[in-house]
Amino acid sequence: MDLTLHVWRQKSRDAEGKFVEYKATGISPDASFLEMLDVVNEGLTEKGEEPIHFEHDCREGICGSCGMMINGIAHGPLGGTATCQLHMRHFNDGDTVAIEPWRARAFPVIKDLIVDRSPLDKIIQAGGFISVNTGSAVEANTLPIPKPVQERAMDAAECIQCGACVAQCPNGAAQLFTAAKISHLGLLPQGQPERHERVLNMVEVMESYFGSCTLFRECEAVCPKEISVDFISRMNRDYIAAKFGVR
Amino acid sequence: MTMQLDSKVPHGPLADKWAYAKSHYKLVNPANKRKYDIIVVGAGLAGASAAASLGELGYNVKCFVYHDSPRRAHSIAAQGGINAAKNYRNDGDSIYRLFYDTIKGGDYRAREANVHRLAELSVNIIDQAVAQGVPFAREYGGALENRSFGGVQVSRTFYARGQTGQQLLLGAFQALERQIALGTVKQFNRYEMLDLVVVDGQAKGIITRNLVNGKIEAHAADAVVLGTGGYVNVFYLSTNAKASNATAIWRAHKRGALFANPCYTQIHPTCIPQSGDFQSKLTLMSESLRNDGRIWVPKSQGDTRGPKQIPEAERDYYLERKYPSFGNLAPRDIASRAAKEVCDEGRGIGSSGRGVYLDFADAIKRLGRKTIEERYGNLFEMYHDITAEDPYELPMRIYPAPHYSMGGLWVDYNLMSNVPGLYVIGEANFSDHGANRLGASALMQGLADGYFVLPVTIGDYLATQFGKKIDVKSASFVDAVNDVGQRVSQLIDAKGTRSVDSYHKELGGIMWEHCGMARSAEGLKKALVMIRELREQYWRDVRVTGTGEEPNQALEKAGRVADFFELAELMCIDALHREESAGGHFRVEYQTPDGEAQRDDDKFLYVGAWEYKGEGNEPVLHKEPLVYEEVKLATRSYK
Repeated sequence: MDLTLHVWRQKSRDAEGKFVEYKATGISPDASFLEMLDVVNEGLTEKGEEPIHFEHDCREGICGSCGMMINGIAHGPLGGTATCQLHMRHFNDGDTVAIEPWRARAFPVIKDLIVDRSPLDKIIQAGGFISVNTGSAVEANTLPIPKPVQERAMDAAECIQCGACVAQCPNGAAQLFTAAKISHLGLLPQGQPERHERVLNMVEVMESYFGSCTLFRECEAVCPKEISVDFISRMNRDYIAAKFGVR
Repeated sequence: MTMQLDSKVPHGPLADKWAYAKSHYKLVNPANKRKYDIIVVGAGLAGASAAASLGELGYNVKCFVYHDSPRRAHSIAAQGGINAAKNYRNDGDSIYRLFYDTIKGGDYRAREANVHRLAELSVNIIDQAVAQGVPFAREYGGALENRSFGGVQVSRTFYARGQTGQQLLLGAFQALERQIALGTVKQFNRYEMLDLVVVDGQAKGIITRNLVNGKIEAHAADAVVLGTGGYVNVFYLSTNAKASNATAIWRAHKRGALFANPCYTQIHPTCIPQSGDFQSKLTLMSESLRNDGRIWVPKSQGDTRGPKQIPEAERDYYLERKYPSFGNLAPRDIASRAAKEVCDEGRGIGSSGRGVYLDFADAIKRLGRKTIEERYGNLFEMYHDITAEDPYELPMRIYPAPHYSMGGLWVDYNLMSNVPGLYVIGEANFSDHGANRLGASALMQGLADGYFVLPVTIGDYLATQFGKKIDVKSASFVDAVNDVGQRVSQLIDAKGTRSVDSYHKELGGIMWEHCGMARSAEGLKKALVMIRELREQYWRDVRVTGTGEEPNQALEKAGRVADFFELAELMCIDALHREESAGGHFRVEYQTPDGEAQRDDDKFLYVGAWEYKGEGNEPVLHKEPLVYEEVKLATRSYK
């Protein structure tokens, strides 16, 4: 199949960017979206032009490296998938596709489609962990965890930190990302001792980088792991409990 | 001259060695720990767990990764699980049994003492991970759940849906981020290590390139730890992440570290077959699927009917037929070779004829769709996304693909290479899996090395190094920075005609054909000639666009592929010299009458560790004899 691409090209963080048109021709419907870009990039290299820079690694939808706005939707039209797992069979021959980097104030462009997502790590540093040093753990089965609790924690823990939630949010908010980590740890008995400290610290750092949540729910719609906004409500309840001492 | 390789295995009975060693290592005074700088390169399971644990101990750690965040490391893609000898299932498991299974699974080419320590530590890893909040699967009563993996007859594999690697890595990553916040670890994201600095025979630092602005910088330390993963991307198409590469270990090799058993690579039996030339990587379907999936091909050649049209009597469940006691859970090397064999016979399925079925129809009938969904839901989805076929309705099509490298830099029992001060952990070293790795053992090894072994053994060396750090302004560092800069310019200045990827694909094709699932002296010799020619052409004719002073993905790839060329050559040399078949190394000249691997313990019961002798010179082989005190050497059988 043949497509027309409008790709955001930007040399560096401070350079001015613009859309550039490229033709993607002879693309197999079985190719992934990134493999389609590989083909375009081989063509650019042949012509002596610089390939389109985009972040990617595992290409199995789990490392969270890849991500781009495809026709205005983070990770593209399919839903519930990362860009690397989006296949060209979901497009039609002759389609025009606009490709942009994540758009968010907290994620400045580094080059082309690569952005700086480091503020997400800062949120984890504020408390996205259970403080247990190597060697001080107790025997694993001394702490039974009901299966539904473990399953729920796992639902939240699936987050791949790709940043799609932030990119799609009109406010550039990172609530879904933050809530997923707070819920993963806060649902488990191991996470209880630091539960209130954690939510206060993580929310504070989140708010210093990202916008506020006004319940658009766009984040949930584009999340490749389909993480539910219910976790945001859960985070808010935890936050209020911690802040106002209703523990 | 060959050097004496001292494995430093402690004396005493096998089961007491680790306890003895731990009690006798030299220690660093807690107040002095912060005066030591340790560089950790890579933050996968091994690197992240090591960096976090070293930080907790109070050392001053610098951690370097080429990703935008340490959480992206390829450990994250491990699906199936992690082994531990907990014996929660009361099925007769023990530390000894895990040790024995791993030695046998490795076709008697691993070091006994290391493997026993690994089995001992397996139980601590589960405890540590659970304490960190890793949401392992549970039974309804709240206890931890287990499943089976290939090459064993007990259920000792712990898992978190099909995302065990991700969840374990997040545990280590979160521990690391906690140390970063506490200031014990300084994190360097988007930095690639491009050289090791060795001063008077000791590892004293590294040279990096900043992947955002291209700056080449020197970093000094009292010890360097490499946790930079494996090298099967030498095959171009593999299950590894696109950026996974051998540059860090190869640069260390060129600075004196021995490379052990480079020809031991693992071809994983259950991957989604290639679908076209555009293919950029192959996707693994977890081995855990073989708990419930049955592998088969049609009995007759050239059978083009769809799988559902082929009646039961005309199917060949070849693993169940050939290996009745292990069946579909035969180890990876054996299952892969069996798949190749039936495809070579013309009984392969799919448009290319290079594929076999992995069928869940019986399991769905027996257990119901819901149970299968619970166990493998995300794997089935991933398969569906990639192939547009529904595995609940049609059997999966699978074929073997390069997945893991058992070989790596040589290390002693303390995980130190032959270059004092250089430690190598996880897949980057050679130590625990012999000639074939069992499923769910890579996560175990990475975390054992990083959480429990290295943080203890490194003190024994550091205690002798107080105040011996070298300044980055010294000649060794300045020279190394210049070397790296020159190499970068050489790649950019080649201004040739062909892209890096086109060379990498061609190299991968040569390696897959001649140094893949079946190897012969004739093929390997041919490959050596082809690799050398192609490499020569590469340096002359590669086209790298852009400059060295900006983010430049073509340049990053170009450096890695240049190193793959050299490594590929060493792999072929090693495969050629090892005139036997063992585990993942299958030489067609050395097989039993029924086509199984034939070892030659009289001649090859050793670790083959290669020394780099400079451009254009043959590498020199050093041997570490393998001494089996506990296990009796036997022909490996899964029948």
